[in-house]
Amino acid sequence: MNLTLRIWRQKNANTPGEFVTYEAKDVSPDMSFLEMLDVVNEELMRRGEEPIAFDNDCREGICGMCSLMINGVPHGPLPQTATCQLHMRVYKDGDAITIEPWRAAPFPVIKDLIVDRSAFDRIIQSGGYVSVSTGGAPDGNTLPIPKDDADRAFDAAACIGCGACVAACKNASAVLFTSAKISHLALMPQGKVEQDRRVLKMVAQMDEEGFGACTNIGSCEAACPKGITLDNIARMNRLYLKASVKSGLE
Amino acid sequence: MAATARSLRASFSGVLMRLWRSSLGKKYVMAVTGLILFAFVVGHLLGNLLIFAGRTQINEYAQVLKSNLPLLWSARLVLLVSVVLHVVAASQLAHTDRRARRIRYSKFHILDSTLANRTLIVSGLVILGFVIFHLAQFTLLVVDRSYATLVDAAGRHDVHRMMIEGFQNPVVSVFYIISVALLSLHLSHGVASSFQSLGARSKKIEWNLKRVSLIVAIVLFAGFASIPVAVLTGLVK
Amino acid sequence: MSIKLNSKIPAGPLDDKWTRYRQEMKLVNPANKRKFDVIVVGTGLAGASAAATFGELGYNVKAFCFQDSPRRAHSIAAQGGINAAKNYRNDGDSVYRLFYDTIKGGDFRSREANVYRLAEVSVHIIDQCVAQGVPFAREYGGLLDNRSFGGAQVSRTFYARGQTGQQLLLGAYQALERQIHLGSVKMYPRTEMLDIVLIDGQAKGIIARDLVTGKIEAHSANAVVLATGGYGNVFFLSTNAKGCNVTATYRAFKKGALFANPCYTQIHPTCIPVSGDHQSKLTLMSESLRNDGRVWVPKKLGDNRHPGQIPDDARDYYLERKYPSYGNLAPRDIASRAAKQVCDEGRGVGPGGRGVYLDFSDAINRFGKHKIEERYGNLFEMYERITGENAYEQPMRIYPAVHYTMGGLWVDYELMSNIPGLFVIGEANFSDHGANRLGASALMQGLADGYFVLPQTIAGYFAGQKNGRYPNDHPEFRKAEEEARSRINKLLSIKGKRTVADFHRELGKLMWDDVGMARTEASLKQALKRIPEIRHEFWENVNVPGSASELNTALEYAGRVADFLEFAQLLAYDALEREESCGGHFREEYQTEDGEALRNDEKFSYVAAWEFKGVDQFPELTKEPLVYEEVRMTQRSYK
Ligand SMILES: Cc1cc2nc3c(=O)[nH]c(=O)nc-3n(C[C@H](O)[C@H](O)[C@H](O)COP(=O)(O)OP(=O)(O)OC[C@H]3O[C@@H](n4cnc5c(N)ncnc54)[C@H](O)[C@@H]3O)c2cc1C
Ligand code: HEM
Ligand code: SF4
Ligand code: FES
Repeated sequence: MNLTLRIWRQKNANTPGEFVTYEAKDVSPDMSFLEMLDVVNEELMRRGEEPIAFDNDCREGICGMCSLMINGVPHGPLPQTATCQLHMRVYKDGDAITIEPWRAAPFPVIKDLIVDRSAFDRIIQSGGYVSVSTGGAPDGNTLPIPKDDADRAFDAAACIGCGACVAACKNASAVLFTSAKISHLALMPQGKVEQDRRVLKMVAQMDEEGFGACTNIGSCEAACPKGITLDNIARMNRLYLKASVKSGLE
Repeated sequence: MAATARSLRASFSGVLMRLWRSSLGKKYVMAVTGLILFAFVVGHLLGNLLIFAGRTQINEYAQVLKSNLPLLWSARLVLLVSVVLHVVAASQLAHTDRRARRIRYSKFHILDSTLANRTLIVSGLVILGFVIFHLAQFTLLVVDRSYATLVDAAGRHDVHRMMIEGFQNPVVSVFYIISVALLSLHLSHGVASSFQSLGARSKKIEWNLKRVSLIVAIVLFAGFASIPVAVLTGLVK
Repeated sequence: MSIKLNSKIPAGPLDDKWTRYRQEMKLVNPANKRKFDVIVVGTGLAGASAAATFGELGYNVKAFCFQDSPRRAHSIAAQGGINAAKNYRNDGDSVYRLFYDTIKGGDFRSREANVYRLAEVSVHIIDQCVAQGVPFAREYGGLLDNRSFGGAQVSRTFYARGQTGQQLLLGAYQALERQIHLGSVKMYPRTEMLDIVLIDGQAKGIIARDLVTGKIEAHSANAVVLATGGYGNVFFLSTNAKGCNVTATYRAFKKGALFANPCYTQIHPTCIPVSGDHQSKLTLMSESLRNDGRVWVPKKLGDNRHPGQIPDDARDYYLERKYPSYGNLAPRDIASRAAKQVCDEGRGVGPGGRGVYLDFSDAINRFGKHKIEERYGNLFEMYERITGENAYEQPMRIYPAVHYTMGGLWVDYELMSNIPGLFVIGEANFSDHGANRLGASALMQGLADGYFVLPQTIAGYFAGQKNGRYPNDHPEFRKAEEEARSRINKLLSIKGKRTVADFHRELGKLMWDDVGMARTEASLKQALKRIPEIRHEFWENVNVPGSASELNTALEYAGRVADFLEFAQLLAYDALEREESCGGHFREEYQTEDGEALRNDEKFSYVAAWEFKGVDQFPELTKEPLVYEEVRMTQRSYK
């Protein structure tokens, strides 16, 4: 099939970008979306032009590196599918595809389709961990954890930190990401010890990074490649309230 | 790092300030004030519906409401503060949200969104405008000063008459109907949303929450709109 | 001048060596730890755990990775699980058994002392990860669940759904972010190490390129740790992440570090086959599928019928036929080679004839579709996403792919290379897996190295260190910076006709065909002739657009492929020199009548450690003999 691609090109963070149109010829339905871009890039490079820069690494939907806004939807049209797992058979000959980077002030564009997501790392730095140092941990079975709790913790921990939730949100809010980590740790006894401190710090950092607030629409959940649910946001809201009340009264 | 651990603890007012400054805290304010206003709206509607019970009933009700001054003014104060906080928080959130995405997408689907949650600010602003007009018309009685002189057989302020006269003006009625429609739209998202904001939602009850929200919104709209419709069609005279 | 290798294995009985080592090792005074700077290159499981632990201990750490965040390292992709000798199942597991299984699985080509320590430490890894909040699978009673993995006879594999690597990496990443927050670790993401700097023969720092600004910078330290993962991408197509590369370890090799056993490469039998020339990587399908799937190809050549139309008697269930007792569960290398064989015969299925069927229809008939869905639902989904085929209705197509590399930089018991101050951990070192790695043991090794072994052994190096740190404008740094810069400029100035990927693909195909699953003297010699030719053409005809002073993905890729083009030769030399078959190295000349790998313990029971002698020069081989005091070597049989 042949496709028309409208792709955001931007030399670097300080230069304004623009859309450039490319024709992708003879695209095989078995290609992944990124392989389709590889082929376009090969063609560009053969002509001595610079390839379209986009983030990717694992290409199996787990590292969270790939991050394309495809026709107005993060990671493209398939539910719970990261860009690298999207295959071209969902498109048909003659389709036009607009590809943009994630757009959020805390995710500045570095080049073309690559954005800087270090804000997520800083949110984790502010408290997204259990403060235990290596050595001296008790036997792993000392602390039984109900299977349901462990399963729900896992559901939240499955977040790959891709930022699609921010990209999808009309407010560029990072609550789904932040609440996923808070929930993962809050659902396990190991994480309960620092829970109040964690939620207060992580939310403060999230706000400081300049993400928007949550209007409870649910676009993030719909865009998330890992099925992280809004329940996590509710849990974070609850824990933050609780921690705030506690810190004010005690 | 013990210092930072302690620094999270704060005085009561410090905590309030932290809440107000944080995005989550501001959403608590939205939710709580929104629910207070919602409660008022429900009560207000029930009162208004007394118009169908007859002139005596509604005028009586209005007089009772206004007779307890301390209660009246504390309720008004709560409502006023709620509206102010709700509007100030809404505008600050809107400001943060806009700043969080300075460069817009050329193509953008707001996944899973509804008309209601895409237009909260518009519906909110119209409601605000309406509330001001509504208060001017029926509470402050400054739109048509003659309303102040309407008195019923028992010597009470004739609210019944005032409502009928007010709504006989089709422009007022249409504006009223549009406003309550937008209010219902606002609440069809708002009621469920406030539960989420306060952390009182989960997948299990989500469906119910959304359904209740929607039903409440429809009932509110039907209730409010029935009054001008009844007046215009002459059902209530 | 051949190098004398000292593996520094402590004396004493096997099960006492590590305890004794720790009792006797030198320590660094806590107040002095701040004065020691450690560079950790790579923040996958091995690097992140090491960097975090160094930070906790009080060292000054600089950590580097080329992705935008440590959370994205290739380790994230590991699915199956992590082994530990906890014996929670009471099924007879023990440190000794894990040790023995690992030695045997490695076809008796690893060091006893290292492997024993790995098995010993394995139990602490689980405890540590649980304490960090890693959501391991649990039973209804709330205790940790285990499964048996990769043909092990005991259930010692801990897992977190199909995303064990992800959860373990997130645990290590979070520990690392905590140290970054506390200021003990400074993280340099999107930064690639281009060279290592030696001063007076000791590792004293690195040269790295900021991938965003293109700036080349020298970083100085008291010691350098490489945790940069494996080199599977020398084959172009592999299950590794796109960015996996050999640059860091190969650069160290060129500076004098010995590279050990590069020919030990592991092929995984159950990957989704190549669908066309556009293919950029291969996706692993969990091996567990072979528990219920039956592997077959048509009996007749050119039988192009739809699989459903091929009757049972026209199918060749070749694994069941050749290995009646293990059948479809035959070990990875055997299953892989058998698939290659039937495809070489022309009986392969799917595009290009490089695939075999993995058929679930019997299992579906027996247990019902819902049972199969429950067991493998997510895998079937993934398969459908990639191939567009529904594996409930037609058999999956699978084919082997390169998956893991056992070879790596040579290290001693302390995980230090032959260059003082240069430590190597995780998949990057030549590791504890011998000639073949058992399933669920790479994660174990990476975390053992990072959390528990290196943080201890590095103290001994610091305690005995005389020269401290050099300023990063020392002439050696300047020189290395200049070299790195001129190499980049060279790459950019060629302006030829072919793309980097062109060369990588060509190299990969050559390596896969001639240095892949089954190697012969002739194929290796042929590869050794072709590799330099491809490389020479690369340096004359590659086109790397863009500039050096900005983010340039083509340039990054070119540098990595340039190193693969030299490294491939080393791999082939090693494969040629090792005239035996063992583990992940199969020489067709050396096999039993049944097609089993035929080891030659008398001649090849050693670690082959290679020393760089110049590009296109035959490297010099140093042998570290493998002495088995505890176990007796046996030949495996899966008949
Ligand atoms: C699909 C798949 C499934 C697997 N499943 C399992 C399993 O179930 N169980 C198991 O035990 N093992 C499994 N493995 C193997 C295991 O995942 C890896 O061996 C292990 O994770 C390697 O960890 P590492 O820390 O050594 O390296 P990696 O995780 O590869 O990390 C390398 C790090 O080095 C950095 N780096 C590399 N080069 C440079 C450079 N030049 N400059 C700066 N930084 C650099 C990278 O950024 C990265 O941070 C699997 C492997 C694959 C491919
Ligand atoms: C009777 C009047 C009103 C009622 C009953 C009401 C009710 C609510 C409720 C219940 C919510 C949900 C809060 C949450 O998500 O937690 C809400 C949200 C909102 N309201 Fe109102 N509201 C009223 C008036 C207004 C007015 C006058 C404005 C003016 C701007 C306004 C603007 C908004 C906005 C912008 C939101 C969404 C905030 C966000 O989530 O980003 N509302 N309202
Ligand atoms: S919550 Fe989902 S969309 Fe957001 S970062 Fe995590 S995986 Fe990506
Ligand atoms: S490239 Fe790793 S998730 Fe897409």
